[in-house]
Amino acid sequence: MPRHVVATTTEIPAGTRKLVTVRGRRIGIFNLNGEYFGLFDRCPHQGGSLCLGLTTGLVEAPEPGTYEYSRRGEILRCPWHGWEFDIRTGQSVTDPESIRARSYQVEVAGGTEVIERKLVAETVPVMVEENYIIVDV
Amino acid sequence: MLGGAIDCDLHPSVPNLRALHPYMTDHWRDIIVQRGLSELESIAYPANSPLTARPDWRPEGRKPASTLDLVRTQALDPFRIGTAICNCLYGVQLLFSEDMGAGMARALNDWMVAEWLDKEPRLRASIVVPVQNPELAVDEIERLAGDTRFVQVLMLVMGDMPLGKRLYWPIYAAAERHNLPIGIHAGSSYRHPVTPLGWPTYYTEDYAAQAPAFQQALSSLICEGVFSKYPSLKVVLLESGFTWLPAHMWRLTKFWRGLRMEVPWVDRAPADIMRSNVRLTTQPCDAPPDRAIFQRLLDHMGSDELLLFSSDYPHWQFDGDEILPDGLPDGLAKKIMFDNPRATYARLTETV
Repeated sequence: MPRHVVATTTEIPAGTRKLVTVRGRRIGIFNLNGEYFGLFDRCPHQGGSLCLGLTTGLVEAPEPGTYEYSRRGEILRCPWHGWEFDIRTGQSVTDPESIRARSYQVEVAGGTEVIERKLVAETVPVMVEENYIIVDV
Repeated sequence: MLGGAIDCDLHPSVPNLRALHPYMTDHWRDIIVQRGLSELESIAYPANSPLTARPDWRPEGRKPASTLDLVRTQALDPFRIGTAICNCLYGVQLLFSEDMGAGMARALNDWMVAEWLDKEPRLRASIVVPVQNPELAVDEIERLAGDTRFVQVLMLVMGDMPLGKRLYWPIYAAAERHNLPIGIHAGSSYRHPVTPLGWPTYYTEDYAAQAPAFQQALSSLICEGVFSKYPSLKVVLLESGFTWLPAHMWRLTKFWRGLRMEVPWVDRAPADIMRSNVRLTTQPCDAPPDRAIFQRLLDHMGSDELLLFSSDYPHWQFDGDEILPDGLPDGLAKKIMFDNPRATYARLTETV
């Protein structure tokens, strides 16, 4: 699959996201503490703009009345109906086996590598000293 | 009709409060006499309401279903019932005094043993508990759980609070411990309006309002985490109707998908919890008498294990011997009359 340069790493600091359009597809790029993940901006439920949703943590309960909160910022809730998705995998929290948002491979490469590999960088000017976020689409 | 079926909802009635006198402590008997109480009836089944008893099941000068002879000749024998679970509806849950509630529950249960279970081997019963005080309710369960002819704990769908509230959990813990399903019957302690909109005017409204109350009770039990805490607890909805279930399964699951983080202990779809832990009795049948529609309803339920056969005797839910709902698909009759009740009530297969 063609790899597209979609942003510099400085554009998406940890805990933030950027919505990019690649080959007509809106994709949300999320930075989770230096790791980058890409999700199709379309909720598998009803097609809402998933990547505009709030991020939250994962709340679990070994028994009623207990709240174990983990993975702060790694769960995305669709703005339409509140369904939760794991940003790392695209899997829905309520039904991870059968409901998932489409996810894309994201990698980071330096400017020199981007130039050497002749990666697609239609909208992002490439400079040797920058690091770039690259999505497989 | 297949003989030997298990009737999961039959209602012997207390002839009058005097019938319970021998089973009361001296204190409660004196209180009853001094207050001039002759009945503990709620407004759930007014004496002259057509629903309360079928016309041919109304004996001259006596309450319907108030003697063993009536139950035998009108229900057990003609319907060839092998085992019937007696759910006695008497106003125990209405009393404001927790102690009096417990005293009346004890009297009622002991009356059930002496006047019914000891005399008729086809009968089983639910333990009536004073829901006014869960601690006393647990005492009553513990007092009777050793008698395996008690196969269930009986509660009413509408009380002081939604049934999932933690206040009630000791009752569920005791029930699970003793392999007793919780039977939730239509009815109310009548402290609060029987609809969320307030008190209705007519009996028709009251009776129709039972179905939404059952839905709310299920939502409460699931969302509060009763089945997460007590995963092997079975709940049987009695006289609830059942055609509303698929829509409610779908509705609660839908909202759970968006609001799961509020109830993180609900770790599987509410519809799946209903399929594994909730059962419903067949009378009154609120489905149209059409085989194709009935089959579609079962498809929507996603299981043929949820329905349990019931007569709801002496309530007037059917005429003649049309005890099974019209339109029941082939093969389902045996399942709901034998297999499903046995799978639900572990104690039915134990020897007494």
